[in-house]
Amino acid sequence: MLVLEGLTKRYKTGDLALDHVDLEVPKGQVLALIGPSGAGKSTLIRCINRLVEPTEGKVVLNGETISRLGSGGLRRARRRMGMIFQEYALVERLSVMENVLSGRLGYVGFWQSWFRRFPPKDIENAYRLLERVGLEQFYDKRADELSGGQRQRVGIARALIQDPELLLVDEPTASLDPKTSRQIMRLIRELCAERGLAAIINIHDVALAQQFVERIVGLRQGKMVYDGPPDGLTPEVLTEIYGEEDWQATRKKGGEERAADAIVEDDERLAGAL
Amino acid sequence: MPLTGTAEGPVWRRRTSGRQWAIWSAWLAGTALFVACWQVISASTTWFFVTDSPRVIADIGSRMVPPAWGYLGKLWEPMWDTINIATLGTLLAIVMAVPVAFLAARNTTPSALVVRPIALLIIVSSRSINSLIWALLLVSIMGPGVLAGIIAIALRSIGFIAKLLYEAIEEIDRSQVEAVTAAGAGRGQVMAYGIVPQIMPAFAGIAVFRWDINIRESTVLGLVGAGGIGLQLQSSLNILAWPQVTVILLLIVATVLVSEWVSATVRHKII
Repeated sequence: MLVLEGLTKRYKTGDLALDHVDLEVPKGQVLALIGPSGAGKSTLIRCINRLVEPTEGKVVLNGETISRLGSGGLRRARRRMGMIFQEYALVERLSVMENVLSGRLGYVGFWQSWFRRFPPKDIENAYRLLERVGLEQFYDKRADELSGGQRQRVGIARALIQDPELLLVDEPTASLDPKTSRQIMRLIRELCAERGLAAIINIHDVALAQQFVERIVGLRQGKMVYDGPPDGLTPEVLTEIYGEEDWQATRKKGGEERAADAIVEDDERLAGAL
Repeated sequence: MPLTGTAEGPVWRRRTSGRQWAIWSAWLAGTALFVACWQVISASTTWFFVTDSPRVIADIGSRMVPPAWGYLGKLWEPMWDTINIATLGTLLAIVMAVPVAFLAARNTTPSALVVRPIALLIIVSSRSINSLIWALLLVSIMGPGVLAGIIAIALRSIGFIAKLLYEAIEEIDRSQVEAVTAAGAGRGQVMAYGIVPQIMPAFAGIAVFRWDINIRESTVLGLVGAGGIGLQLQSSLNILAWPQVTVILLLIVATVLVSEWVSATVRHKII
């Protein structure tokens, strides 16, 4: 469904953030993108919806080459890609409802959105999504009154109301505590399964990635150095992606279900290691 | 290198000795300049008038009391004019300053090479000319009256409002703009959802603050014929009616106090 061909980004400063990345994401696949800070993870997902203009290469979504679209076409293409951010990126001074409805901006005209006259169907949808992420009683609260986990849920609802085919998720859990992180990852995972969405999730937490996704891509200095199942992340592979370190404590050990406190402990060790 | 090794161990100083000497000589030069200036000013002052001034103050002071409270009845209308000059002038300034601010802000300007310098030029020229000078110019162009005062206040305020507003626009959180853009919003929608909510508190604060300043500035505009309470002040001063001057000054102080209270309350409510 999504195909990246030779995607390259060189910033004006001369830094090569992405170096000929080829990637194919089939419909409904949830993929984690791991790699050290500065490896180009954020640049990669921003090149897909062209918040960052790629220097070279192609981005093709369902046969349409996004990297060639004009501004109107790009607007329509962006509607099909929901984005979820690390620091939530909610419009802090607007209400939860307005934030969720802002996901529909690609579908409504300027004056309609200025006077907040969204179609009744959008409002019904927004309410249903808030219910789905467990925030239905918060619709009238201002975004800056919510906790981190609640804000990220609003961010997820905003991405989903776009009715996307693909989710671009940039470090969804980096600002959250381990328990909330797991809840948010599980929610994203479930929603993708419910709606048959593909997702690219940038994530720092290797153990968390292994727990929740079916495919992992490792990026180092803008190059893809790993593409495979979560179980394939051996200490050698992690060394290849991140550099030399004691990886034994970081990797997922065996079974799917682990005690929550063990996970927390794991996180702390990882935080110490990185 | 402030950290040096000695026989007794490392010694750390805040600055290198060269830097320390430079700072001392700068202080010395500053002091010398101050003394020199003092001398020049002292030489060109007629000390007789200065030593005489306490007597003059006491004299004028004694003439100023008791205030001519009866004169207050004639002041309500010019005071109302003054408040209107300030309020309408501020509103007019806001209407013109908001687009200028968006054109001047680095992150919203359509062209950093052409449009931005023009917007900055508008801001600088409006800010560098005092409203009293604007009023002088306008009174000679369009004749005396309240209209000249309103426009003088507006012209002076454009730069102030636009400058503070464009700084607020440049300081917004970019990720909110990114999020709205990523949803497929158009240029106008990105502004309405990504930028406007973020600058609203700053905007309200700036507008009310400027209104508060304008109340004070518009009290003097009458001195050059641009309407308002200043006109009364001018004529009372001319006929040396000191008790009337007292009433006018007290009224101005009261009005400024009220406007300051209003502006503080509004800012507190909005932020």
